[in-house]
Amino acid sequence: MDYLLTEEQIMIRDLARQIATEKIKPVAAKYDIEGIFPWDIVKVMGDSDLFGIYIEEKYGGTGGGVMELVLATEELSKACGGISLSLAATALGTFPIILFGTEEQKHKYLPDLARGKKLAAFALTEAGAGSDAAAVATTAEKKGDYYLLNGTKQWITNGGEAEVYTVVASVDRSKGARGAATFIVEKGTEGFEFGKKEDKMGIRASATSELIFSDCKIPKKNLLGREGMGFIVAMKTFDQSRPGVAAQALGIAQGALDLTVQYVKERKQFGKSISSFQGVQFMLADMATEIEAARALIYATARMTDSGAKKISKESAMAKLFASDMAMKVTTDCVQLFGGYGYMRDYPIEKFMRDAKITQIYEGTNQIQRGVIASSLIKEKAA
Amino acid sequence: MNIIVCIKQVPDTTEVRIDPETNTLIRSGVRCIINPFDMYAIEEGLRLKDKFEARVTVITMGPPQAEEALREAISLGADEAILVSDRLFAGSDTWATSYTLSKAIQKIKDYSLVICGKQAIDGDTAQVGPGISAHLDIPQITYVKKIEEMCFNSTENGERSESRATHSRDSYIKAERMTEEGYEIIESPLPCLITVVKEINEPRLPSLKGKMKAKSAGIKKWEAKDLDVDPDLIGLNGSPTKVVKIFTPPPRKGGQILQGDPEEVSEKLVDLLKGEIP
Ligand SMILES: Cc1cc2nc3c(=O)[nH]c(=O)nc-3n(C[C@H](O)[C@H](O)[C@H](O)COP(=O)(O)OP(=O)(O)OC[C@H]3O[C@@H](n4cnc5c(N)ncnc54)[C@H](O)[C@@H]3O)c2cc1C
Repeated sequence: MDYLLTEEQIMIRDLARQIATEKIKPVAAKYDIEGIFPWDIVKVMGDSDLFGIYIEEKYGGTGGGVMELVLATEELSKACGGISLSLAATALGTFPIILFGTEEQKHKYLPDLARGKKLAAFALTEAGAGSDAAAVATTAEKKGDYYLLNGTKQWITNGGEAEVYTVVASVDRSKGARGAATFIVEKGTEGFEFGKKEDKMGIRASATSELIFSDCKIPKKNLLGREGMGFIVAMKTFDQSRPGVAAQALGIAQGALDLTVQYVKERKQFGKSISSFQGVQFMLADMATEIEAARALIYATARMTDSGAKKISKESAMAKLFASDMAMKVTTDCVQLFGGYGYMRDYPIEKFMRDAKITQIYEGTNQIQRGVIASSLIKEKAA
Repeated sequence: MNIIVCIKQVPDTTEVRIDPETNTLIRSGVRCIINPFDMYAIEEGLRLKDKFEARVTVITMGPPQAEEALREAISLGADEAILVSDRLFAGSDTWATSYTLSKAIQKIKDYSLVICGKQAIDGDTAQVGPGISAHLDIPQITYVKKIEEMCFNSTENGERSESRATHSRDSYIKAERMTEEGYEIIESPLPCLITVVKEINEPRLPSLKGKMKAKSAGIKKWEAKDLDVDPDLIGLNGSPTKVVKIFTPPPRKGGQILQGDPEEVSEKLVDLLKGEIP
């Protein structure tokens, strides 16, 4: 399908594709086994300007938006859904600054993030606050011109590796969701430490860590937006970032299908290539169609977002929901078409299935996405 | 300091097949790429650029579409690109090519180092680099796998003799040159020409900003009339190489593995060598 990309978008796609095939593909299995952070690849991505594709030129980026981020994430994820996350999660941690940062905050943080010199992370989730994000128990106590941050965030992508963290904490627990605020916290700040690094099922090249704040002093100028806006910052950020998760799912599915088409042509049973069986062909056709449908939805959502549309929560949730469910189904079917070989770690396909699963869980589980979509529908009807 | 990198656009030989009837390359539909060894030459030029704040000029002789290769070099970070292209250059062999390129380099005048890949993957002659140095009458170090030291002192005033540009006693290069047994360390005054092997570095990928710059970058185009060339020494006329016949060597027949105990095997082998067994 021709999506009529601009010349610059084609450049971004091709560059990301080149990095994926030449640099990531040869090392994807190694990083999956070792579970270490792929700094060498991150450096290549940074030197190629990929970290700046959604950041304005005046802050050192190349001036694109969600669409550009989606294109790059998709291509990188075809080779490894874990390595691509270093970019997508940096975007997740950076969007709060882009959306709510002051000029001073933008000038201070965005240029290094755009060049990939520093990575970012977004920290909302806690042990007791998952889907119920308003239940955050991390507190930020105001003390004159600074805040004292106390609490523990868990499962933070890029945790420990990133330099810049956007952290949601409660300034007034009695106000619930309206009592939250978002802060920029730099690695190395006193009272900010990293806890356990998780051992995961998939996206093993991505770091997922605990952030521990104990009387961590945050200057007032690091507050993003105003007190009480923490939850709004988080929701607006997710509106921007969910198409990125969807693109990660899309890339994982496409990468798996590409390998599978090649495999079924080569594998012979009953004296012929298994691709000659209609039962196999129909599965391929369904997978390709579902992938294309997801791509169309994601690109349309990304373009709508970049056009400056105000209400994008429903579309953004739909893109994430549809693409991640599709990716789980497609990668499961790809393993099926590899048969027993597909179940073996010596073959690359099972990794795609393990990597796909997370896209149904983070940045809001798919039940939560359905909730977002349904409440939009009901609100629209009431209006 | 100015560095000149000579590159060639070649068909991606990993995709090329040979027509068994005519014994020529089937070029249609085959992607054109920068000769892979030249990617190492570009990378080395760019590394020296970062170190010495040098300017890197890439130059290629080829058909108009070779401009693509030059744009790619710019996207990697080269500062300037020159396309040497003219119908009159068609059919050049390595002698005529190196002569023509040397004339283009002389026109650039001010340079300290010329870098070429060790050979091109389509012809595999490894002659053009050394040929250029001979025509320019500057020293050459071939098969360089490492630049150990390089020192560059610009001459006092801007005036330069035409091809012996920026030659002063304390400008030199010291490089490791690969040989079959190991390596040699060679020191040479500048200007000098080196050809590089793939061990020398790992080429970078383009950057997005580089690609955008490359899209609109101006590329100089030089034809025969722009160069001080002797018409008898360019193109097919200027090429002493005559291709008499091109053929694919017959595939080697499978070997024979002798089996049995050592005595038996050695006896059989001796018989075979004597030609007593057909
Ligand atoms: C690898 C990884 C990386 C992550 N990275 C980050 C990060 O960078 N930053 C960050 O802040 N967080 C991150 N998270 C956290 C992630 O966003 C949460 O795990 C997710 O939002 C779900 O929360 P939970 O795990 O507490 O599940 P729970 O909320 O406990 O949900 C458990 C189950 O109940 C369902 N459920 C819950 N509430 C409802 C409801 N109201 N209606 C219907 N079903 C419901 C859920 O859908 C789910 O199936 C990451 C998680 C993982 C695993």
